[in-house]
Amino acid sequence: MSHAAAETLLSVRNLCTYFGSEDGVVKAVDGVSFDLAQGETLGVVGESGSGKSVTSLSLLRLVPEPPGKIVRGEVVFQGQDILSLPLEAVRHIRGKRISMIFQDPMTSLNPFMRISTQLAELTRLHLRHTKREAHEHAVRMLETVGIPDARRRADDYPHEFSGGMRQRVMIAMALSCQPELLIADEPTTALDVTIQAQILELIRSLKNQIGLSVILITHDLGVVAGMTDRVVVMYAGKVFEQAPTPELFARPANPYTKALLRSMPDPEAAGGTLYQIPGLPPDVARLPAGCPFAPRCERAEDVCRREFPPFVQLTRDHFSLCHFAAEIYSRPHTPDA
Amino acid sequence: MMSTPDALDKRPGASPSPLSGTAGEPLVAVRDLEVYFDSGGGSAWDKLTGDTTSRGVVRAVDGVSFEIKTGETLGLVGESGCGKSTLGRALLRLTPHTGGQVYFRGRELAHLSSQELRRTRRHMQMIFQDPYASLNPRMTVGQIVSEPLETFGLAHGRERAERVSELLETVGLSARHVKRYPREFSGGQRQRIGIARALAANPEFVVADEPISALDVSIQAQIMNLLERLRRERSLTYLFISHDLRAIRHLSDRIAVMYLGKLVELGAAASVYGDPLMPYTRALISAVPFPDPAREAARRRIVLAGDVPSPLDPPPGCRFHTRCPYAVAACREVVPALAEIKPAHFAACIRISPDQPDIEQVEGDAAPGLKNPEQVAAS
Repeated sequence: MSHAAAETLLSVRNLCTYFGSEDGVVKAVDGVSFDLAQGETLGVVGESGSGKSVTSLSLLRLVPEPPGKIVRGEVVFQGQDILSLPLEAVRHIRGKRISMIFQDPMTSLNPFMRISTQLAELTRLHLRHTKREAHEHAVRMLETVGIPDARRRADDYPHEFSGGMRQRVMIAMALSCQPELLIADEPTTALDVTIQAQILELIRSLKNQIGLSVILITHDLGVVAGMTDRVVVMYAGKVFEQAPTPELFARPANPYTKALLRSMPDPEAAGGTLYQIPGLPPDVARLPAGCPFAPRCERAEDVCRREFPPFVQLTRDHFSLCHFAAEIYSRPHTPDA
Repeated sequence: MMSTPDALDKRPGASPSPLSGTAGEPLVAVRDLEVYFDSGGGSAWDKLTGDTTSRGVVRAVDGVSFEIKTGETLGLVGESGCGKSTLGRALLRLTPHTGGQVYFRGRELAHLSSQELRRTRRHMQMIFQDPYASLNPRMTVGQIVSEPLETFGLAHGRERAERVSELLETVGLSARHVKRYPREFSGGQRQRIGIARALAANPEFVVADEPISALDVSIQAQIMNLLERLRRERSLTYLFISHDLRAIRHLSDRIAVMYLGKLVELGAAASVYGDPLMPYTRALISAVPFPDPAREAARRRIVLAGDVPSPLDPPPGCRFHTRCPYAVAACREVVPALAEIKPAHFAACIRISPDQPDIEQVEGDAAPGLKNPEQVAAS
């Protein structure tokens, strides 16, 4: 999907979300910017501590405050900056125009309420459905996401559903008010592979049928490869690379992205020693001077340990945060080099 | 399943077994292993009156046979609830089995005296999935790693301290860390501590149960490389349990696929991954996302319908028939046994045969496996 032609739906500019802690200020998200076009699927990929989940929570102002705080930035959604709207107005956007699904469906489902009641609550609030309309709509939504025997099962409680079925219910809830944007934070991480395949297939087909825009947050580059149009790679609260998905995999321009791709086992060339990124993901409370990836980077030189790297533009929509971005981009990427 | 009179003849070493890989001494052998749990169903009144009719039995492991030969890594893959962890624990007698036999170096574990079992245990260790839950938070790293040395009386005093330092260095930690507590380490480092503890008693056989699932992507490669290096350097034999087919394919010599308590496919890793026989294995492999957009776009996905049925009430016949696109009437009745479909590559499916190993090519509702008397007997 070409996002050039489509209209921009969401524009994030210089988002900074910090947390207060014993160790001082933790810059969980520090200057993140990206755009999302109508109908586009954007992948946000990173390891623990990269800031990918805090970014997604910040978009809807769901960061627990304190200890967290969105200290600056803009999240412009259809011309409105969510970060400067009154909270009441944000509530009208949440769940209606932008909705979110999480890794663990039970964090969003009330264990004491019937599924149908939880679904109906949303549309009665946002779409002013009557009780009867809301119940009918709930059953239709459950059918849409592939709950077998939906009419009967609508009145079950969450614990009566399997993990995969709960994630379907979550998707039904997220889509019940026909949102323009779905934010999915590790939606399949807790699921078995065959169930993961079902859920990804469901998101893919819903996306194609209704032109839904999606932000998919994940640690799995395989999921990114199969699901997204564009990718943002995060590390230590920063965007390290941003590119159209095929380009990111074919010509990564950042040593971190490159190292991540190399460290994944190739099922068709098994055995041998895997490339391993040395060291540990960074402690965001104690970032080194210069580039946060420098201590683990093969390409690092003195300048990397001294100066924060520039965000280099390589093509119209390919950026990399690295002193040597142009050099890495110009060298063809092979799985083993 | 009852123990049959010829069970003794099936003892490893008695004759070459078809379920091991190529020739080689099996270190671990499992025969018709069953691990059933009482699910605790039934009311207090039922329990009081001894009425067991409404109680549920979970057949976590239900008639599983295989061998692992010395120096081999057998990868055991399956989805949650398939019984793979229970199987791993039963091999080490951490969970008692309710039927069948487990042999270690040709001796049946259940027949060992408690003293012998203790001595044998030294040679069989486990690495756990959760590096946060499997280390005692009140013990220092030094105490954790030296505990097996103490338990098995392997080293004392200064020698023990030296061994601990050596072990920590071996797994890529600093010997200076002995006085620290687990909470001071990251997930990957804790997994290294767990590995050091498993290696302390110098085991021959290690069950690694999802050792990389809880770790970050950039740390997974480190731990996989460590496990592989230790296998080479210490001639270890592994049962590597994981739901991650990419990791299983990378580390294993052979792969065993489990579904609802049964082994459904077993063979050389390249053969099982490259040319899977079972529809279930094919779906599993096709569900693994590939870090390559072009291949992701071009690939044919097999998306299975439905959930894994409850192990409390598994479907009759082939347990996979409720989700299998190729199931015929007989699949609902006959429990398929593992049969050698291709050389050293086994599958439990009545619809395929050495003459027609490709399920997609099988015509009509043919079930050539039914003609195999062993299959019928096994049901």
